Amino acid sequence: MDKQTPLVDMRDIHISFGGIHAVDHVSVDLYPGEVVGLLGHNGAGKSTLIKILSGAYQADGGEIYINGEKAEIHNPRDARKYNIETIYQTLALADNLDAASNLFLGRELVTPIGTVDDDAMEAETRKIMAKLNPNFQKFAEPVSALSGGQRQSVAIARAVYFDAKILIMDEPTAALGPHETQMVSELIQQLKTQGIGIFLISHDIHDVMELCDRASVMKNGELVGTVDVNDVTDDDLLGMIILGKRPEGVTVQG
Amino acid sequence: MQNQAKNLINKLGLDPRLLGMIGALVAIWVVFGIFTDGRFLSPRNFFNLSVQTASVAVMATGMVFVIVTRHIDLSVGSMLGFIGMAVAALQVQVLPDLVGLGHWSVWIIAVIAAILMGAVLGAFQGWIIGYLAVPAFIVTLGGLLVYRGAMWWVTEGQTQAPLDTTFRLLGGGAEGTLGESLSWIFGIVAALAAVALMLLSRRNKANHGFAVKPAWAEGILLAIAAGGIMGFVWIMNSYPISKGAMKRMTKAQGIEYTDGMVWNHGVAIPVVILLGVAIVMTVIATRTRFGRYVYATGGNPEAAELSGINTRWLTVKIFALMGALTGIAAVIASARLNAVDVGLGTLDELRVIAAAVIGGTALAGGAGTIYGAVIGALIMQSLQSGMASVGVDAPLQNIVVGVVLVFAVWVDIVYRRRAGA
Ligand SMILES: Nc1ncnc2c1ncn2[C@@H]1O[C@H](COP(=O)(O)OP(=O)(O)OP(=O)(O)O)[C@@H](O)[C@H]1O
Ligand SMILES: [Mg+2]
Repeated sequence: MDKQTPLVDMRDIHISFGGIHAVDHVSVDLYPGEVVGLLGHNGAGKSTLIKILSGAYQADGGEIYINGEKAEIHNPRDARKYNIETIYQTLALADNLDAASNLFLGRELVTPIGTVDDDAMEAETRKIMAKLNPNFQKFAEPVSALSGGQRQSVAIARAVYFDAKILIMDEPTAALGPHETQMVSELIQQLKTQGIGIFLISHDIHDVMELCDRASVMKNGELVGTVDVNDVTDDDLLGMIILGKRPEGVTVQG
Repeated sequence: MQNQAKNLINKLGLDPRLLGMIGALVAIWVVFGIFTDGRFLSPRNFFNLSVQTASVAVMATGMVFVIVTRHIDLSVGSMLGFIGMAVAALQVQVLPDLVGLGHWSVWIIAVIAAILMGAVLGAFQGWIIGYLAVPAFIVTLGGLLVYRGAMWWVTEGQTQAPLDTTFRLLGGGAEGTLGESLSWIFGIVAALAAVALMLLSRRNKANHGFAVKPAWAEGILLAIAAGGIMGFVWIMNSYPISKGAMKRMTKAQGIEYTDGMVWNHGVAIPVVILLGVAIVMTVIATRTRFGRYVYATGGNPEAAELSGINTRWLTVKIFALMGALTGIAAVIASARLNAVDVGLGTLDELRVIAAAVIGGTALAGGAGTIYGAVIGALIMQSLQSGMASVGVDAPLQNIVVGVVLVFAVWVDIVYRRRAGA
C-alpha cells in the first residue's frame, strides 16, 4: 500500500478564524480502499480540516494533491469535480425540500426538455434508501418533518449515491440507532472493497478500531500523529486524543 | 361533518392554505356584493378588478422568489415608474423621429426596452447584494430613491402622453381585450391544456408506481379547473362595451354601427399577460433547476452552497428576473393610464410585498407559491376596490389594508404552527 500514490494528500494545511488557529499546519493522507479515522476532542479542528478538502473553506496555506496531482479546490463545485463527496456534521440539508430533492440537489435528474424529473428522482431515492434504511418511508414530506436519524440517512444516501472516489464522513452515525449504525458500518466495508477512500470522523474509539485502517489524531488544531490502528490499543488512542501523547514503540507518522 | 370535509380535502389533494385564500377572496366579494346591491359582483367590476390586479400581480410572482431566498425588493415601485417614464418618453419623443409616428414596431421596441431595462437594473442590484454582500433591504431602499429621482430627470418631471395606440392595448380597456370569440377559444384551449397537464402528471406518477388520487377525485379537480376557466371567460364575455367605444371601434373596423348592436369585452390583454407570466413562473418554480435552487437556498443557504449551488450568481438572476417582471408591469401600468406622470408606481413595492406575503410567502424564506401571490394580489385589489365602491375614503382604506395585512400574516403563522411545517 505504501508504494501507491495517495488518493488524497493534504500537506501543511492551515487556517485561522480571527486569530484562532483552527487547523495548524496539518498533513494527512488517504489511499484507495482505505479508511482513515480523524479523531480529537471537541473543537480540535477535524471538521474544519475536512471542510477545506470539500471546498467549504479556503485554507490560508498548504496544498492538496489528488492522485498525485495538485488540486485547486476553491468551492464545493470544485470538490465535486474530483469526486469528493461529504456527509457534513450539520448534514447540510434544505429543510423545506423533500428527501429526493435534497439527495439530488445541485445534480438534478432532468427530462429530455430540461425540466427537473421529480418522479425519476423519487424512484432513485426509494431504491437507495431501501438499501440504507429500509424503514424509511417519508418521501413526500419536507426533511424538516424527519427524525434526526432519518435526516442523517438522507445525508448519507446523498454522499454515496454519486459514485464518490473520496468520501468524507463527519460523525455519520451520531444520530443513528444501533441497527442503522450497523448498516452504515457494512456500507463502509463495502465501499472500501470498491477502492473508495474514506475519511471518517468519529468520537467512538470502538468504531474507529473496527472500521479504520489508520487514525489521525488532532489536538488544538495541530496533528498529534497518524498511527496504524493494528499497532495501537484503545488506551494509546485515548492518550493521543486527551493528552496529545504519541504512543511509544509504534511508528507514528506526521 | 368537519371530519368529512377534511377527508374530502385530503383525498382531493388540495392545499388547505389555497382553500383558505380562495375562501377569504369569496368572502370579500360577497360582503362587498351585499353592500353595493350586487354591483361589486357585476361582470363590469370583475373585468376592472382583473385589469387593476395585473400589474401588481405580475411583480408579485417575482417577489416570491426574492422573499423565498430571504431577500426583499423595495425598489419595484420606483423602478416601475422609472421604466414606465423612460419607455413613454421613448414612444413620445424618440421613436416618432426614428421610425415614424404610429409605426407598427413602436410597441415592440417599447416592450423589449422595458423588459431589458428592468433586467439590467435588477441584475445590477442583485450583483451588489450577491457579490458585495450589501443587504437587499439597503440596496433596494437605495434603488427606491434612485429610480424615483431618475424618473424625474428623464423628462424633467413632464407627463408623457399619449402613448402608441398598439402599446395601449397592453393595458386593457375596451379595445385591449381578446374580444368575444377569441376569449372563448382562449378559454377552451386553456381548459384543455389544464386537463391534459393533470392527466399527464397522473400517468407519470402511475408509471413510476407512486400512489395517485382516486379517479373520482381527479375528475372533480379537472371539472373545477375547466369550469373555473370557462366561468371566468363567460363573465368577461358578459360585460358589454359602452356605446361610445363601440362607435369608435366599429368605425375603425369599417363596420356600420347600429343601435342595439352589442359587443362584449372578453378577457383583457393584461390578464392574458398575467396568466402567461404566472404559468411561466410556476414552471420555473416547480420544474426547473433554477427554481429548485431558489427554494433550496431559501431553506438553507449554507446547504445550498455546500451542494454546489452558486448562490451569489443565483441572487443576480433572481433580481434580474424581478426587474424584467417589473418592466412588464411598467408596460401594463403605463398602457392602462395612457400617460405617465412622476407618481406612477408610488407605493407599489408595498402592494407587491403584501400580495406575496398574503399569498403565503414566508419572510423567513424557503416557502411561497406563485398562485398564492397572484391570489394575494387579487385579495388586496378586491379590498381596495370594494372599499372605494362603498365610499370608504382613502385614508381609511389604507388603515384597513394595513390591518388586514398584519392579520393575514398572523393567521398564516398560526396555521403553519398547527400544521407543524
Ligand atoms: N466558521 C468559523 N468561524 C470561526 N471559528 C470557527 C469556525 N469554524 C470553526 N471554528 C473554530 O475552529 C475550531 C475547530 O472547530 P471544528 O469544528 O473544526 O472542531 P471539531 O474538531 O470538528 O469539533 P467537534 O468534535 O465538536 O465537531 C473551534 O475552535 C471552532 O470554534
Ligand atoms: Mg466537527
